[in-house]
Amino acid sequence: MIEVENIVKTFGGLRAVDDCSFQVPRGSITGLIGPNGAGKSTLFNIAAGSLTPDSGRVLLDGEDITALPAYRRFHRGLVRTFQIPHEFGRMTVLENLMLVPGGQSGERVPNTLFRFGRVRREEREVRERARDVLEFLRLTHVSDELAASLSGGQKKLLELGRTMMTEARVVLLDEPGAGVNRTLLGHLAEDIRRLNRDRGYTFCIIEHDMDLIAELCDPVVVMAQGSVLTQGTMDEVRHNEAVLEAYLGGGAAKEAEEA
Amino acid sequence: MELSGLFSYFVFFLSMVSVYAVLVLGLNIQWGYNGQLNIGVAAFFAVGAYTTAIVTGPASDNYLGGFGLPFLVGLILAMVVAGLLALLVGLITVNLRSDYLAIATIGIAEIVRLVLKNEGWLTNGVRGISSIPGPFDGLSGITEGMAYLVTLLVFVAGVYWICERLFRSPWARVLRAIRANEDAVRAAGKNVLLFRLEAFVLGSMFMGLGGALYAHFVGFVSPGAFDPMFATFVVWVMLIAGGSGNNRGALLGALVIWAVWTLSSSMIDALADIGLLPDQLATQASALRIFLIGLLLEIILLTRREGLLPERPPKAIDRAD
Repeated sequence: MIEVENIVKTFGGLRAVDDCSFQVPRGSITGLIGPNGAGKSTLFNIAAGSLTPDSGRVLLDGEDITALPAYRRFHRGLVRTFQIPHEFGRMTVLENLMLVPGGQSGERVPNTLFRFGRVRREEREVRERARDVLEFLRLTHVSDELAASLSGGQKKLLELGRTMMTEARVVLLDEPGAGVNRTLLGHLAEDIRRLNRDRGYTFCIIEHDMDLIAELCDPVVVMAQGSVLTQGTMDEVRHNEAVLEAYLGGGAAKEAEEA
Repeated sequence: MELSGLFSYFVFFLSMVSVYAVLVLGLNIQWGYNGQLNIGVAAFFAVGAYTTAIVTGPASDNYLGGFGLPFLVGLILAMVVAGLLALLVGLITVNLRSDYLAIATIGIAEIVRLVLKNEGWLTNGVRGISSIPGPFDGLSGITEGMAYLVTLLVFVAGVYWICERLFRSPWARVLRAIRANEDAVRAAGKNVLLFRLEAFVLGSMFMGLGGALYAHFVGFVSPGAFDPMFATFVVWVMLIAGGSGNNRGALLGALVIWAVWTLSSSMIDALADIGLLPDQLATQASALRIFLIGLLLEIILLTRREGLLPERPPKAIDRAD
């Protein structure tokens, strides 16, 4: 479970995140929504360790991880994806996944030169695992293509695939659905649900596609102007006046009520 | 030119190509694998050459020397000292993005050059260190040259083998990923700075080895031998023309560019000899050579943007070749 407590982050004069606190319960698929500029991505970057907050704490299973760099949080089981796919373009799709597992002995130069047998054995295992992930994501047919040549949606799947190469416990997904066509989006939602159900992944998802959020997420946390506006099930949130106002402005909220 | 002269020229030519091949393979680890813009190749080249010159060279009242260590020890120490310099530079600059690293390494190269020039007690200043022994000094003329060429080729093969093995390893996979997107590598739990430092140090150690091999080949080192044109620019052109990220490309680049570099000079001399080139122009001909290399680089980049042998994803290490 991940908790953020009283996080504040300013960029110059802008308070991007302003005293924001919420929890992602273990085993949940928590949605994080809010209008553009609400501070969702900033908060995500803070939770993942890509940004340091001005104040406040980030807790993973009750332990304070605020000061841990991103790569160490990864080894605690906290993994993220990026809104804009961060694929390694000149590497094959398979290599993109094989990169991820931690502690590969072949990542140390002396092992590669002097303990080649072991490096090779591990490499075979990592390759098998990457193939399984590609099969799960229905990307087997592009295994040996360069990642740069994938479509936008396939790159999104690859992002998700990287999290599956780990012993992840908590996965932060930054707009997994953006730019993905409907068919692929269906796959993606299904994959997320299967990972949650079968492998016990906890997800926290930023998303603008309300259908996807409604389909997957419970609870849903709504952010506006850097802090949490409200949270609850999608139905509760959908009818919350403050949320409608934040998204659509005051007049619209009234109209919606009247309608 | 008579036949034996041609042959010894050929031996000399291939020896220089071999020295450069080691330097280019070193740079390929830094730039090709990892995208590090090291514009200070000359520094590591020179440090390697001077290290072996000092530890294996003759005693002198004017500068440090007279340790009389054997050839192989000289090479190892050259790699160690170049590696230590790289570690020192790397710890300071490893956080820098490519263009800032470029500026920092230019500075380092300049500092090294000035130290070599001015710290006479250590390096004999601008006069340089001469009479550096070779491993085959007992042999005569061309036989010695050939024996040393074979030694050089063995070193090139060894360094190439190591570079290829590493290129196909998870280590270089991380380096190539860092080159593409640092943040994503960090998000995959890798210590980016450590990997970058390793690549910088290892590449520089090979450059130091190249310098040591060069010193024993020519038997004389002076600060002038390591000016940026000869010791940095040409190495970069070799890698880019040959194909960065491809070890075979690095070897091919060393061969092709050194051929153009030396042939252009012979051609200019020949033109001057038969009077086709006015004396006045002949003296400026070395500038023409740099122009020719630049032109060739432009042509290669326009027609084959990724070099003669472009980078390819490596063959799986767990499969038979």
